Amino acid sequence: MTPPPVAPPVGPPLLELRGVGKDYGSVIALDGIDATVRAGEVTCVLGDNGAGKSTLIKVLAGVHAADRGAVLLDGAPVTFGSPREALDAGIATVYQDLAMIPLMSIWRNFFLGAEPTRGWGPLRRFDAARAKEVTRRELAAMGIDIRDPDQPVGTLSGGERQSVAIARAVHFGARVLILDEPTSALGVKQAGVVLRYVAQARDRGVGVVLITHNPHHAHPVGDRFLVLNRGRSLGEFAKTDISREELTRLMAGGAELEALAHELERPGG
Amino acid sequence: MPGPLRRLLVKPELGALVGAVVVFTFFAVQSEVFRSPRGIANWLDPASTLGIMAVAVALLMIGGHFDLSAGVMTGTTALTVGIVATELGQNIWVAIGAALVLALAIGFANGWLVTRTRLPSFIITLGTFLMLQGLNLGLTKLFTGTVTVGEIDEAPGYAAAEWVFASRVQVLGAEVRVAVLWWVLFTALASWVLLRTRFGNWVFATGGDEVAARNVGVPARRTTIALFMTTAAAAWFVGTTLAVRLTSVQANTGIGQELIYIVAAVIGGCLLTGGFGSAVGAALGALIFGMTLLGIPYLRWDADWFYFFLGAMLLLAVLANRLVRRYAEAARR
Ligand SMILES: Nc1ncnc2c1ncn2[C@@H]1O[C@H](COP(=O)(O)OP(=O)(O)OP(=O)(O)O)[C@@H](O)[C@H]1O
Ligand SMILES: [Mg+2]
Repeated sequence: MTPPPVAPPVGPPLLELRGVGKDYGSVIALDGIDATVRAGEVTCVLGDNGAGKSTLIKVLAGVHAADRGAVLLDGAPVTFGSPREALDAGIATVYQDLAMIPLMSIWRNFFLGAEPTRGWGPLRRFDAARAKEVTRRELAAMGIDIRDPDQPVGTLSGGERQSVAIARAVHFGARVLILDEPTSALGVKQAGVVLRYVAQARDRGVGVVLITHNPHHAHPVGDRFLVLNRGRSLGEFAKTDISREELTRLMAGGAELEALAHELERPGG
Repeated sequence: MPGPLRRLLVKPELGALVGAVVVFTFFAVQSEVFRSPRGIANWLDPASTLGIMAVAVALLMIGGHFDLSAGVMTGTTALTVGIVATELGQNIWVAIGAALVLALAIGFANGWLVTRTRLPSFIITLGTFLMLQGLNLGLTKLFTGTVTVGEIDEAPGYAAAEWVFASRVQVLGAEVRVAVLWWVLFTALASWVLLRTRFGNWVFATGGDEVAARNVGVPARRTTIALFMTTAAAAWFVGTTLAVRLTSVQANTGIGQELIYIVAAVIGGCLLTGGFGSAVGAALGALIFGMTLLGIPYLRWDADWFYFFLGAMLLLAVLANRLVRRYAEAARR
């Protein structure tokens, strides 16, 4: 497939963070974070467990408000009071663990919170036929092969579930798509499938924020990289400025990893 | 398992349907009265008033909550109708309207407290239950000096109210109480709302995973409050039916029924954990209850066996539901 030409980055970025910080009581989960998200690009957020990645996306998604700093959408400062407000502004989030309702069917999940209706007044009803049709079509357009849209989402594999969630966000016109560790629980093959959908969304002109602690997943698909460590930014890098090895080293705190490699080596080996 | 079979197995009402057929056959084979039109009308009657409540309680359970005050609320509304109509001398329709406003207020309070405090609805509505139980007794004694409100049929407007809530209709050669028709109507309506409207989708989502639902923009709090108010409205309807039908109401009316509603909803396929169930299933659960309640005396068995049956049915249903949930949640992470 050939990606459509992406407009060169002119004007203000889709989304920009300036000195964002967030505390949980006395825990400083984030502090002084700067980042940029542009249309048709993938911004990767990397960091070890507890680095503040999920907290960062919760700020972007309207789950939490930032305690410090500013979030700019199209160059104008915004604050989201609820996930609904962020969604209405075109920011869709696929959560690490809470992507879908397992007991509900694929098509019901697909349209959850944005159900198409027909009829009016007391007869206004969920247009199930259209919902099923669109679900099937959108999943097919992303190359996702689902046998039966009536199947409960809980019976899908982890990768399939992530893919359905991504297709949903793209369908609902997300301008910014945030993915929290979409590949963390997946095997190599399924992770590859999910990354391919990430690239598809990007090629459709969506600005993607990909959270991961796996530099091998981030580097091939990412355009810029934000590395977090204990709530602070270790810098934002363009792909041309950093190699996969440097990224890995930076994430793990360089020297620590080398010490570990040393420690794990067989004596005399 | 092949697709169609699997899909049938996850229909929540399947178990209740099989159960209803088995129970009907069991009693119908042994008792001629049971299968006669009059017998059927007889066992449909307890099934209907229970069924109206069970259907509302099922919606609430699918939405992830319990309402232990649902039973006593039928008493509260029945007593309100009685007291306003007789002690305060109002037209019975005024009394019925007042009872509806009161019920909706209680339902709102339940829902509001549950969504605000995030405490289990079990404990919040246990509180409302006990408070209403006390109020029912206290206020009835205060107004009437006894524990009964009577002579409701003397209130102005009673004839029209009787027609709506307590008349009898000819259906296929048998005379059934109008509550049976209301029950069928409410079941159909609830089923339509649940499966064919946005609100229904939100009910499943809120009960299935409230945080996830909220994150995709479902108004989970409003949904929950609306469900508590629906249960309260159903209690109002049943309470009014009781008041108009019996023309006198005991202050302890409805106490203990709340668990029977939950039993019917669970037999009908509702999961105790929320997110799964059916209105038709709950109605079938109520039907099983009605058939067993009257079938046992028709066979001249001791009435004590009734609770044994009900308990066994509940256990079977819970075990069956567990399998369904396992299948549906077999997440291959
Ligand atoms: N609701 C909360 N209340 C208090 N502290 C929290 C809360 N959520 C996160 N934290 C803390 O904030 C810090 C950052 O957590 P966060 O979940 O953002 O990390 P993460 O980078 O997403 O980690 P992981 O890779 O494990 O998902 C951690 O120290 C965590 O314990
Ligand atoms: Mg996280």
